[in-house]
Amino acid sequence: MKRVYAREEFCVGCRLCQVHCVTAHSPYKNDIVKAFKKSNPRPLPRVIVEENRPLSFALQCRHCEEANCTKACITGAMQKDPVTGVVTNDETRCVGCWTCILVCPHGAIVQDERGKKVAAKCDLCSGLKEMPACVQHCPNGALLYQEDESQVRA
Amino acid sequence: MTLSYLTPAFLIERDNKRCIQCKVCVQQCANEVHRFDEEEGEVLADELNCVNCQRCVVMCPTRALSVRKSPNEFRQNANWTADAIKSIYIQAETGGVLLTGMGNDRPYPIYWDHMLLNASQVTNPSIDPLREPMELKTFLGRKPDSLVIENGKLKEKIPPQLELDIPIMFSAMSFGSISLNAIKSLARAARQEGTFYNTGEGGLHKDLYEYGANTIVQVASGRFGVHPEYLQAGAAIEIKIGQGAKPGIGGHLPGEKVGREVSETRMIPEGTDAISPAPHHDIYSIEDLSQLIYSLKEATNYEKPVSVKIAAVHNVAAIASGIARAGADIIAIDGYRGGTGAAPLRIRDNVGIPIEFALAAVDSRLRQEGIRNQVSLVVAGSIRNSADVVKAIALGADAVYIATGALIALGCHMCQKCFTGKCNWGIATQDPQLVKRLNPEIGAQRAANLLRAWKHEIKEMLGGMGINAIESLRGNRLMLRGIGLTEKELQILGISAVGE
Repeated sequence: MKRVYAREEFCVGCRLCQVHCVTAHSPYKNDIVKAFKKSNPRPLPRVIVEENRPLSFALQCRHCEEANCTKACITGAMQKDPVTGVVTNDETRCVGCWTCILVCPHGAIVQDERGKKVAAKCDLCSGLKEMPACVQHCPNGALLYQEDESQVRA
Repeated sequence: MTLSYLTPAFLIERDNKRCIQCKVCVQQCANEVHRFDEEEGEVLADELNCVNCQRCVVMCPTRALSVRKSPNEFRQNANWTADAIKSIYIQAETGGVLLTGMGNDRPYPIYWDHMLLNASQVTNPSIDPLREPMELKTFLGRKPDSLVIENGKLKEKIPPQLELDIPIMFSAMSFGSISLNAIKSLARAARQEGTFYNTGEGGLHKDLYEYGANTIVQVASGRFGVHPEYLQAGAAIEIKIGQGAKPGIGGHLPGEKVGREVSETRMIPEGTDAISPAPHHDIYSIEDLSQLIYSLKEATNYEKPVSVKIAAVHNVAAIASGIARAGADIIAIDGYRGGTGAAPLRIRDNVGIPIEFALAAVDSRLRQEGIRNQVSLVVAGSIRNSADVVKAIALGADAVYIATGALIALGCHMCQKCFTGKCNWGIATQDPQLVKRLNPEIGAQRAANLLRAWKHEIKEMLGGMGINAIESLRGNRLMLRGIGLTEKELQILGISAVGE
């Protein structure tokens, strides 16, 4: 399946991926200003920028083949789509027990306590048709959306 | 600590209706102009260190920022301008030489803009480059005085030539003055478009040997990074005598930019200043220059053309004649608007002459002396667009060098602060955090696009003149007319006035 791959040698740590992640998961998908100022609650970025300058890279859910989070989930909210392979969390069923966070080997799931307590994670922008918003808006080609890890190294 | 009289040069305007406090500007400003105030919960700016590089403006996702000239004004004075006053404040505080970056920005006349090109009408047809072949192929190097043909073949071997698909090359910028990613961008673009880039006096980084066939290696007064493999690696060798931005002045790469990789490439200890002396200490005459030219030819088996680069100065025609007679295959002339990573401000703004005049004078002189075929002429010093290229070739150049234009393609916004090492666009810096901002894949694409765009435009202009090969335009000054020039200027440029 297609995944997002980070190229740390080109990540400039600007965090525009987070800005566009928030926007893509808000009710205002085409308006950054409104997404930030009017969404209530404003979605959390599901992409995490790990940074220890000069090293930095954007990390999001790896959508593992054998996804621990789906097995650990106590309500069945965390599911891996058998066709697309995308792991998503059904927030209506999620009870915010954080078990998925405990078992995630990548630290890619975040606690969202802004409204109802839920686990927030990358859904590869399932709602959008093109590539994920973070990849589309990375200013320096530091994120790639592709089938395998080829071309990740320059 | 006494009070500094310096005030911000720029004003940053933040549209608070648009600002989403995302802190991208804070992350991106190497001058630490933007900061996030935790107590106020908002991004604020202190413009004192702002250089107007536009990085924050371009990166801001909501276009909330604009930078403009500070509205603060000194009392109007046509003689003591703000620049003149501020220069004195800086020198009164530091006691030092004023430094600057990029080319001369003073409002001297731009002679390219005083020349107009011809086009065909009625009596000789113009050519449509989309329908008919159009040749831009250019060979740089010494051409024989005559061709002797025996049994249908050339009797003598033609001296080594550089083969260019487009008469535009990237001029010398060293590893040290610019980042490795910037050089990689230019090297890849040169390979992709069939032309050359130039190492400057920075040596050849190990990652760049693969681009050797598209590399001109430079030998300058500091001889940094020069060794047999280096000379062998390039397609041509250039002896740098002078640079348009700072004629008569050497170079100085401060120790803080000499990290491990620059140190290895230049073959100097890490952290030491790399000082290129003003003269080559073994060149005090044309004969000495000849000796270095032939030493380099000997070292490379007479297989590579040797270029000599000089700054355009008052006696440039006589100097060029001497260089041609010294055995150079190519003469590169850099006009007073040529760029630099660092130059003393007063030198940059007051020394040298415009490339248009230097080119016309040198081409005329070499023709008069009957030695024009012995050298190719490459001109540099603010070639801003394809029309400048066409005009330069009509005036007599074989090819042009571009550097400022190439860097602008990579993202340079002409803030003229290259010498600080804090280039926010990842070009004129060795800071790893900043260098990675220039992805060489993107950079190479942008630089190659620029060359391709200019190639299309050059073909259009040639076609309009009814010319189907750049060779037919070379030195064809009948294709130029001067506008708004004095009799004397027209005479030196060797062109007629409009309407003549």
